Amino acid sequence: MSASKRTLNDLEIGSRARITELDTTNEITQRLMIMGVLPDSEVKLVQIAPLGDPIAIEIAGRRLSLRRREAASIQIQNA
Amino acid sequence: MSTTTEAPLKAAATRPLQIALIGNPNTGKTSLFNALTGLRQRVGNYPGVTVEKKSGTIFLPDGAAYLLDLPGTYSLSANSLDERVVIDVLSGHIPGVHRPDVIVCVVDATNLQRNLFLASQVAELEIPMVLVLNVWDAALKQGLNIDIEVLSKRLGVPIVPTVARKGTGVNLIPAAIKEAHQDRRCMTRLSWPEHFESAVKDIRKAVEKQSDIELTDVEIRRMIFDANSAVLAHFDTIGPEIRRAIDNARRSLRKAGLNPMSAEALLHYGHLDKLLDGVAQSEGTKTQGSTGGIDRILMHRGWGLVIFLAMMYVVFQSVYSWAGPFMDWIDTAKSWLQNLVSPHLAALPMLQSLVTDGLIEGVGAFIIFLPQILILFFFIALLEDTGYMARAAFLMDKLLSWCGLNGKSFVPMLSSYACAIPGIMATRTIEDPKTRLATILVAPFMSCSARLPVYLLLIGAFIEPRYGSFVAGLVLFAMHFVGLAVAIPVAWVLTRYVFHSQAQPFVMEMPPYRLPRPRDIFWRMWDAAWEFIKRAGTIILAITVIIWALLYFPRPPELAEEVRQSYIAEKVATEGVPPSAIAAQLEDDSSEAAWQLSNAIDSAYLNQSIMGRMGKFFEPIFRPAGFDWKITVGVLASFPAREVIISTLGVIYALGGDVDEESGDLRSSLANATWPEGPRAGQPVFTIPVVIAIMVFFALCQQCGATLAVIAKEVGWRWAATSFIMMTVLAWLGAVLVYQIA
Repeated sequence: MSASKRTLNDLEIGSRARITELDTTNEITQRLMIMGVLPDSEVKLVQIAPLGDPIAIEIAGRRLSLRRREAASIQIQNA
Repeated sequence: MSTTTEAPLKAAATRPLQIALIGNPNTGKTSLFNALTGLRQRVGNYPGVTVEKKSGTIFLPDGAAYLLDLPGTYSLSANSLDERVVIDVLSGHIPGVHRPDVIVCVVDATNLQRNLFLASQVAELEIPMVLVLNVWDAALKQGLNIDIEVLSKRLGVPIVPTVARKGTGVNLIPAAIKEAHQDRRCMTRLSWPEHFESAVKDIRKAVEKQSDIELTDVEIRRMIFDANSAVLAHFDTIGPEIRRAIDNARRSLRKAGLNPMSAEALLHYGHLDKLLDGVAQSEGTKTQGSTGGIDRILMHRGWGLVIFLAMMYVVFQSVYSWAGPFMDWIDTAKSWLQNLVSPHLAALPMLQSLVTDGLIEGVGAFIIFLPQILILFFFIALLEDTGYMARAAFLMDKLLSWCGLNGKSFVPMLSSYACAIPGIMATRTIEDPKTRLATILVAPFMSCSARLPVYLLLIGAFIEPRYGSFVAGLVLFAMHFVGLAVAIPVAWVLTRYVFHSQAQPFVMEMPPYRLPRPRDIFWRMWDAAWEFIKRAGTIILAITVIIWALLYFPRPPELAEEVRQSYIAEKVATEGVPPSAIAAQLEDDSSEAAWQLSNAIDSAYLNQSIMGRMGKFFEPIFRPAGFDWKITVGVLASFPAREVIISTLGVIYALGGDVDEESGDLRSSLANATWPEGPRAGQPVFTIPVVIAIMVFFALCQQCGATLAVIAKEVGWRWAATSFIMMTVLAWLGAVLVYQIA
């Protein structure tokens, strides 16, 4: 059970984590990395939209919004 | 002096220096462009794509130069033709645009490393560069300690810290451009692994075998890194050799332990880490100051939505009601102009009709939307420049994502309830080209204010007298949802089956909140207004003349006399007065009889005009919806502007063209209209099913030449035609369905 990988979607509002891996088969990953979503950087979940999707994260001084679908391809571990 | 340096200097001396402004979105690039060019700016389009091209003149120490403002972007990556514009300009592939002599790269000083990614990609083009560190004040406030001298040495380019919003430091940019150009100061570039460079050479060889096009190394690298590289669209067909070379390059990256999807980001950021090491030190925290606090309220699950809806209500109401008086002024000015010109052309009735009923009426009916455009763009500029627009898109995204749109489609769709024209222009805020196109195609389904008079006339004439004002109000309310109810499935089908863009990713930066600058808001409104007015002078003018001609010709002069004779004969028969008395009445232009006769003549001419004949010709098509030929003429004549139906019906029912939706005469004429012949002879034409069918038809039909012209301007004639055909077919289906069921 605990072996199941944690993704950005498992974060709670206000909590931080470290990005471990990005799904490089997903085309959006290239764009996310260019915008600064890189392995080993610290990420904070700042907001969840009223309807549960999308979410807003803070990473490397930038605030980004992304959908749950994209967030699922970003793996994390505790900071 | 060596010959190699002489050539470019000579070339440059013959034309002004070409400078390109580049940077990430939300870095204050537009503010900087406005501050550098002021009144000397122009807006246009790049050929073949929907990207806005902004340029202007700036003054360098040794003369004027041409400044091109490239669209804001995070990278040179290009998976669509729209995204390819930036790399095309920088590689010199756009006809009529010279390859830049100097690039001015704007970066947000508070987020140096992430912003420099684009600069690092641009550096590979080996074009001299000036680096502008904008929002320098915020960087200082955050306690960022950037050593400009050291950074300038490491990067190899002149650096200018600025606060573009206040204009601070902007005056130092021209001298820095001159310096970068004279000393050919290019940014220190990343060095790629050896075997990777040889892979690039292999691709180049394959390209040269197939095509004459001269690609830069940067473009060839895009073929490797971008999954569906738009650079490949330079070739009609992509030969197997190019494919193989690209696959080889990707394989060689993998062998070196690099994933082609992530290698570029990792290598560039690694390069930047080295360049920035010890140069930019943060003394304080890196949080975005007050932004977090404001977001806690504006993006709150409950309050956020309430505030958002309140704001949208204000925007929508303003577009709807503030514009009212200005639109009335334009309408008054139009009538004034018609009355002013008309008497001077009385000797030439055809020219008189062309100028007053055709040109002034048609162009006036288009220009009348200008106040709405200005007001909407005022709010859009305000919402974007403060940073709220991204939050609005965040809040609304879920509602729109399931049918293939995204949060940014919300504002254009809402504004289309006032008028589709500003709504379609507002889609410029949507970056993803497919989402933007889908939004443009569904926006005209929203019930715009020009549909209101049609609803009011028909509801007032048929629903209200029979079912009372409560049902009338309900029907009016329901009519505003018909378009939306059709638009949502249309968007779903379009994005899924036509564009095949399954679940477009939606990654968006939410910029820190900032105070907007009046100058930037002004330029936004100006650009939108100017683009719109240019349309009025060209395409709208042409459409106007064509429709006028269809309604005017043929015009046999004897017809007027025939109508006059039969009018007199009828009067004699019904009132028993001698013909001479009626003729005398007709002499007086202000008499009731003269008015009736002139309306009867207009009606007779319309009947046998090309448009009238088309109405009779097309009647069978509209018969399943219960429309007679008169309604059909009304429908056809309303294609350039739907509200024209009311004055057209006025003319057909011989009440004159000046009736409006409140007109009691028109209401009773419609209520009394019967089928003259056929199986339904003697029965009223306007039964409730017919009335509802007409309203549904108008709710769904693309009856607005101005909207079509704007769609063509934004995304091309092909899509304007698609919109027209799709909406007309759906409108017909809707009307037939309603009539047949009811």
